Amino acid sequence: MPTKIEKDGVTGRETTGHEWDGLKELNTPLPKWWLWTFYASIAFAAVWMVLYPSLPFWRGTTQWIAREAIVAEVAEANARNAPMMARLRAATPAQIAADPEMRAFALAGGRVAFANNCAACHGAGGQGGSGFPALVDDDWLWGGSLAAIHQTIAHGIRNTEDEAARTSVMPRFGADGMLTNPQIGDVAEYVLSLSGRSSDPAAVERGRTIFAENCASCHGDNGRGNREFGAPSLADQVWLYGGGKADIIAMVRNPRLGVMPAWEGRLDPAVVNMLTVFVHSLGGGE
Amino acid sequence: MFNWLRDHGVIERNLILMGVLTLITVSIGGLVQIVPLFAVETTIERVSGVRPYTPLEQAGRDIYVREGCYLCHSQMIRPFRDELERYGHYSLAAESMYDHPFQWGSKRTGPDLARVGGRYSDDWHAAHLRSPRAVVPASVMPPYAFLDRPLDARDIQDRMRALRVTGVPYTDDMIANAAADLRAQASPDVDASGFQGRYARARQGAFDGDPGVVTEMDALVAYLQMLGTLVDFRDVTPAQLRQQP
Repeated sequence: MPTKIEKDGVTGRETTGHEWDGLKELNTPLPKWWLWTFYASIAFAAVWMVLYPSLPFWRGTTQWIAREAIVAEVAEANARNAPMMARLRAATPAQIAADPEMRAFALAGGRVAFANNCAACHGAGGQGGSGFPALVDDDWLWGGSLAAIHQTIAHGIRNTEDEAARTSVMPRFGADGMLTNPQIGDVAEYVLSLSGRSSDPAAVERGRTIFAENCASCHGDNGRGNREFGAPSLADQVWLYGGGKADIIAMVRNPRLGVMPAWEGRLDPAVVNMLTVFVHSLGGGE
Repeated sequence: MFNWLRDHGVIERNLILMGVLTLITVSIGGLVQIVPLFAVETTIERVSGVRPYTPLEQAGRDIYVREGCYLCHSQMIRPFRDELERYGHYSLAAESMYDHPFQWGSKRTGPDLARVGGRYSDDWHAAHLRSPRAVVPASVMPPYAFLDRPLDARDIQDRMRALRVTGVPYTDDMIANAAADLRAQASPDVDASGFQGRYARARQGAFDGDPGVVTEMDALVAYLQMLGTLVDFRDVTPAQLRQQP
């Protein structure tokens, strides 16, 4: 333990008084600015604890609560848009699309709501993807009119949460043994012929009968599709799950049934209307 | 003016003074951690609907923890307007009262998942987990295609018993039927009225698209699809959300 303060000859500072193999350590105090900032932050914390809820059973002298503050903030923001939102809620999508002012608001708001809620499946620009339909083209599974789009967004497709959801079931022709493997191959060949891609005329003829008996009730006599059941057209070049022969066989064997959530309970009715007008405007609206 | 050099030198040279001051400092640190626990009951809102996880959801939650999903995804919607607009109602303490440990997280490389349940289809979740960039081109999430392997949940009853020790109200009935309930939830065509009675509003489904085998994908998607769906906020009054009695 040092008994007298020793100053370092080079820096002029005091040492700690300890020596390790001839090495001595300078005793450099914390910079004053740092120290006072530290004390100031302790003082700030003490004031903060008095003003705000910081301890159990202490609500603070300001009585500020984040959960009440946010209610007021949201109410204020909603009040700004309230007149237009009320109009959008009361109007039908067709009325919104016909009114320039409402339409401009709906397209701007619909774009934001689409990015937040729809883009994950349908793509940022509505371009879709494998298993998730494109919304920018004019090929619609359940209809591309404003009313049809609204129904799809509001109630969804084949979900378990909304009784009004659009629904249809394609039988598992292969998995449930309704058609044999050769029959499925033939009907796939016929489906290929609908878009001019078949390479086996004999199989097409055999498949034609199988198609008429099993598939035409939903997909139509010429595979043109039927929006009542969300049955896609098989005669075009648009394929949700792939259009190769193997893809078609896989779908006949064990069909994939796309599911879309219902948005009516999650989103404000005005937002559902805005989304309807926005999706309708993407390119294929009817 | 103080001489800071001398003052801390005094403390360092006096064993008793040093010991007393250390004790005081450590006590404050301990109180800050312990005292809030005395009031923890008052922080849980009195909302209805929150139930323990089903065996399949619990298995999925364990996979969520195992894979470190919490490193990039939070489960905590803060009471800020931008978060409410994007994710929905702010998270309640009651919604994670059966979480051990909770998955609030502290970092959002990906989006918050507190209310992701029901927002997308099962197909989307499975496709996204297998290959995130197939459905979200700008995603930086790693692929989890390996989750398409059978789920090993032989110890699900032990896991539920362990959770019961921490306060999760699993009944003997729930634990006895755990393995059957786990299979029933992953099989959409099985009659599961007993399962539905034990776990309100639990959804059955072939979460990974294949009802034949219960996979880790089934479990994780089942878990993700129930996140944030238990409390029906249309029925909640502001008084129920007050945390202090």
